[in-house]
Amino acid sequence: MKKFEILGTGCPKCNMLQNLTEQAAKELGLQYELKKVTDIKQIMNYGVMITPALVVDGQVKVAGKLPTLDEIKKLIQ
Amino acid sequence: MDCCGGGNVLLYSCSGAADVGCIADRVTRILSKEKVGRMTCLAGVGARLSGFIASAQGADRNIVIDGCPVACAHKGLEAIGVTPEVYNLSNYGCKKGSTPVNDELVEEIALRIKNDIVNYKPVGVVISEGSEGCSCGGNC
Repeated sequence: MKKFEILGTGCPKCNMLQNLTEQAAKELGLQYELKKVTDIKQIMNYGVMITPALVVDGQVKVAGKLPTLDEIKKLIQ
Repeated sequence: MDCCGGGNVLLYSCSGAADVGCIADRVTRILSKEKVGRMTCLAGVGARLSGFIASAQGADRNIVIDGCPVACAHKGLEAIGVTPEVYNLSNYGCKKGSTPVNDELVEEIALRIKNDIVNYKPVGVVISEGSEGCSCGGNC
């Protein structure tokens, strides 16, 4: 079971990152759980200074930009 | 916390043990307070913590304030594949081991570096009108 976290305060790109991550996981046939983290203090505990950010199994994979669907597939496998 | 990946400027200080490390730290805190960028932890980069690395890689500008020519902050960023914009206090008249740390000097250097940051123009990069911002159409 993969664990994904989307870090962001709820802006359009944060929502888009969530949608793309779910799409990527489904297309790859991954079992996953996804959690949105919107609290700034919690976000900063990851060392993340810019959002949106994608965390996969506790590791921040990308921050401050919206990857493409294909890029996300590589990040979450 | 900025969103949407636009206009993100991160500030790093060497914050070393020497007098110039202390000045670099205080200067960087002033720049952060004045919203030139947001100060973040060079130690997090050095520890290879994923959040700090991803943030550096995703930022529009990574600015380092180094105290001396050893340039630890500069090299720390380069070690994770990020080329920062560098301001070294040795170019601002500070000499390691013989620079007294006081408010007047810290404020003077902060002002000079702030001016240099504001007037910085990257070589070989064409900035077109309207290219700044987060491109989310004002929805963030």
